[in-house]
Amino acid sequence: MHELSVSESILEIALRHAYQAGATQVTDLYLVIGQLTSIVDESVQFYWDIIAKGTAAEGARLHFRRIPAEFLCLDCGKIYAPGKEILACPQCQSTRVKVAAGDEFQLDSIDVETASTPASTSSEK
Amino acid sequence: MPQNISVVEKILSANDRLAQENRTRIDSAGVFSINIMASPGAGKTLLIEQTIRALQSKLRIGMINGDIATSLDADRAAAAGAQAVQINTGGECHLDAIMLQEALLRMDLSTIDLLIVENVGNLICPASFMLGTHKNILVASIPEGDDKPYKYPGTYRGADAVVINKIDLLPYVSFRMDYFQKGIEVLNPGVVQFQLSCRTGEGLEAWRDWLVSQLK
Repeated sequence: MHELSVSESILEIALRHAYQAGATQVTDLYLVIGQLTSIVDESVQFYWDIIAKGTAAEGARLHFRRIPAEFLCLDCGKIYAPGKEILACPQCQSTRVKVAAGDEFQLDSIDVETASTPASTSSEK
Repeated sequence: MPQNISVVEKILSANDRLAQENRTRIDSAGVFSINIMASPGAGKTLLIEQTIRALQSKLRIGMINGDIATSLDADRAAAAGAQAVQINTGGECHLDAIMLQEALLRMDLSTIDLLIVENVGNLICPASFMLGTHKNILVASIPEGDDKPYKYPGTYRGADAVVINKIDLLPYVSFRMDYFQKGIEVLNPGVVQFQLSCRTGEGLEAWRDWLVSQLK
């Protein structure tokens, strides 16, 4: 359960980008999380609600896009979803495989509110 | 005015940057470092004790131990002859690069050749947090069962070497070595493996020799 440190990192990244854009409030965060990263959405949300309090991201909604794990067989080229006990290629039984998807763990984008007069924010740059 | 801002940043990028700083610090002191990961009770500390005892005439060894509480493991390493520093994570389930950075400040790197970092006993979280050490060593043990590579693929994928401890218990436990190793092979093809028993000493020599060869 390392979702606390994960939530802190998400907050730091979101606030930094919001600040750079001159935003006043972060309303939504779009996270991409691969299946192989062992992150529990509900736990991140739980810590998020606590640590974002009092910041410009308080009350922001977290949106999780889950990427299922996919292995690519280097011998026959089959792409497959690893199962409970299926790690080797189900087509040719090869164990020469690599992870094609499922490792992702990033903050893709954020929705923010900026001051209502766009002229003033652009003049700051 | 609502606006969407593209971020596209790895969530643990701050940890990764600090890990790189740790690596630079360790490298500039000419030290080789390993990060030992395993579930609780796999035998991390006994492996470290045996390693220190076997190598202390040749190498100066430092040990940094991460545990939720107590300094029992660091005390054991110190008794075996290493310079030992304890990190109490206070509930955190893993070591991260910041914790290691702080521990490195409490250790005189100029007086050691090999740094052994013992991570918190956990097969899930430590694999996500790079520390800046040179090699990740995963300690598995026979009584844990042969299905662990299938259940904890992240940790098995990130290992540079797998130590299979407690092989003296093979006659008493139903552990299919070929099934276990097939799981490892898919996740981490060609990873170096050592079958040993820290209790009887069987197989320790190969592990020790490999470790020494990594320092060169």
